[in-house]
Amino acid sequence: MSTVTNDDFKSYLTPFNIVTGLIIIAGLIVTVIRFTGGLGAVTNLDDNYPWGIWISFDLLCGVALAAGGYTTAAACYVFGFKKYHSAVRPAVLTAFLGYALVVMALHYDVGRPWRLPYPIFVQQGTTSLLFEVGLCVFLYLTVLFMEFLPTLFEWTGWRKLRDALVKMTLVLVIFGVVLSTLHQSSLGALYTIAPSKLHPLWYSAYLPVFFFVSSIAAGLSMVIFEGSLSHKYLHRMMDEEYNRNHNDVVLGFAKGCSWVLFGYFALKMVGLTYDNNWHYLASGFGAWFLVEMLCFVALPAFLYAVGARDKNFALIKWTAILTVLGIVLNRFNVSLVAFNYHLPSEAKYFPAFMEIIISVFIVTVGVVVFRFVSTRMPVFFEHPDYKGQH
Amino acid sequence: MKRRSFLGLMGAAGAGLAAPAVAPVAARAAAKDFRGYHDTPGVLFDGTRCIGCRKCELACNQVNNLPEPEVPFDNLEILNTRRRTDSATFTVVNKFDTPGGPVYRKNQCNHCLEPACASSCFVSAFQKKSDSAVDYDETVCVGCRYCMIACPFEIPTYEYHKAFTPRVMKCTLCGPQMRSGELRLPGCVQACPMEAMIYGPRHELINLARRRFAAFPGRYVEQIYGEHEMGGTSWMYISGVPFTQVGLREDLGTKSAPELTAGALAAVPVVVGVWPVLLGGIYAINKRKEKIAAQEQQEAVAAALAKAKAEAEENLTTSLSKAEEAANRRLDNEVKKAVKEALAKKEEELKAADATKTDEEEGK
Repeated sequence: MSTVTNDDFKSYLTPFNIVTGLIIIAGLIVTVIRFTGGLGAVTNLDDNYPWGIWISFDLLCGVALAAGGYTTAAACYVFGFKKYHSAVRPAVLTAFLGYALVVMALHYDVGRPWRLPYPIFVQQGTTSLLFEVGLCVFLYLTVLFMEFLPTLFEWTGWRKLRDALVKMTLVLVIFGVVLSTLHQSSLGALYTIAPSKLHPLWYSAYLPVFFFVSSIAAGLSMVIFEGSLSHKYLHRMMDEEYNRNHNDVVLGFAKGCSWVLFGYFALKMVGLTYDNNWHYLASGFGAWFLVEMLCFVALPAFLYAVGARDKNFALIKWTAILTVLGIVLNRFNVSLVAFNYHLPSEAKYFPAFMEIIISVFIVTVGVVVFRFVSTRMPVFFEHPDYKGQH
Repeated sequence: MKRRSFLGLMGAAGAGLAAPAVAPVAARAAAKDFRGYHDTPGVLFDGTRCIGCRKCELACNQVNNLPEPEVPFDNLEILNTRRRTDSATFTVVNKFDTPGGPVYRKNQCNHCLEPACASSCFVSAFQKKSDSAVDYDETVCVGCRYCMIACPFEIPTYEYHKAFTPRVMKCTLCGPQMRSGELRLPGCVQACPMEAMIYGPRHELINLARRRFAAFPGRYVEQIYGEHEMGGTSWMYISGVPFTQVGLREDLGTKSAPELTAGALAAVPVVVGVWPVLLGGIYAINKRKEKIAAQEQQEAVAAALAKAKAEAEENLTTSLSKAEEAANRRLDNEVKKAVKEALAKKEEELKAADATKTDEEEGK
């Protein structure tokens, strides 16, 4: 008979496993419905709203929040902030998983997912900004995978392969920053084709710049946010080096993020002035725009500055959450709230329950894989055989 | 011969003649030198003639083999609700209540000269053909629906309920049927009992519209919708009421979709060219800084070592000389002490000798 006893089984029934298990089961059920009944069976999408929460949250937010990979790697390897070295591996892992999940989410959203390689391998629509996004995401996912592989090879002990990849680090990082700049900005540029559909307060010829600059703030804030989460739940995996540098990383990133947010705020004001849209501020959408700009851009910029000055780590962590929420709000505003603003409210889109399940399911898969990898492979600690070698 | 067929024939002839010249222009939607679509065919819709009979909807449905609608085409009650095109309806007529009474306006794909759908499609599934039709190729379509986001006229629709073969659906200008010779005119144009639509070369239609403006002063808003909107469309409208009152947005501007995205696309080579150089430079500067810092550190360490060594040597010399001095002094002292002791001893001896001498003298 089996050697599995009741106690073994019980040890897996932690609250975390039960909740994730239930979400994954629900996600799989909706997956079956989606791929047998079509998009109409699970979504509230219609001819006016072809893009719903799967594009807004899974793609636009997912890509922005995975920006920690290129920002951290660039800070450490290109700009020479060596004290951030310990933060690179968790950030690269998060970014790789983030992009992998974006691609997974796209399989749900597009009508014929098995044709996703078509724009690259069959027929290229080079006039399309979506083509640029697709190509960059495809290439960047490859780059992130190669940046992650040394971690895997250290775990499996394949030294030669690992050393060869580590030698390529700088090239990969620079390639990654180029690709990130392009597709982070292209996501905003996607909407430059629809000036008549996006509310003037959010539409701007500078949309690509706005998306790129805000992705830096998103990336830095996510590293702080995930860092503190991991610190709480995966502390046992962290070595002295990681723990010693953690505070430096948080302070440095808070300071950097404060500057970026101030810059982003200024850029948005330049955009507003350039298009002469100030008079819209007096409308309902104007009030909503002010909420976004004041509470989710100006306020965190200020709070980060205070937190970094006073070395107030609690304040910095809460500010990171505020900033992340602000990025999500901005992406939602561009793609859902201010999009099709001319339509009557009854024609507006609200996500269906099953759409939300898929989004939660995808995030959960990410958390589970992150936990699996980071509790086994040298992510938060240096592998004893490779100390100080990268 | 009816006028619309005459124009239709002219349009077909024009398309035939113009095809070789126009095709490259059509293919290069983002070309820099834009020569216009002078001879390409189009349709002019005259809003003052439409009576909302839905005959065009019926014809479209039959020509394209679309599924039977829920509300039959002879039911005009449905005109009281605003409708849009969907995956089973390529054209709809809507009734608009205006100060001067109800006005009807047909809606379908406007077959833009530089279509947003074609410009936005990342597999090039949409093509502007030389006969003006914006064609859709379902064999490459991934189903991303960016075309629906991009279209300013909200025309492309999607088959949301198909699991494996969903398509983007829209009016084809009866391109396939006309190319195969099955139709001489688009189905809706042919079916209209009021001649509210005329098919012909685009520039002819524009001239015709202007002639109507002149012939019927006060009847029209003297503007041709679609002449310049979004870079111009093959399907154009003239109307007796302002266009916004019949659901045509007048805030679209005259920039074509490719122009709107040209800036963002132009930035790509800049980033690809400049970023690696810039980042590589920053890396090199940092590397050099580190190298210089390491060198300076080394030099500082060497200097400190040398200084320490010199100091130690000096210390040694001073202590050595001090020690020697001390030793000499001690020697001196010892010698002095020894001399003193020797002298004292001598004196005592002398004293003792004296005493014996005296005793001897006393004893005599």
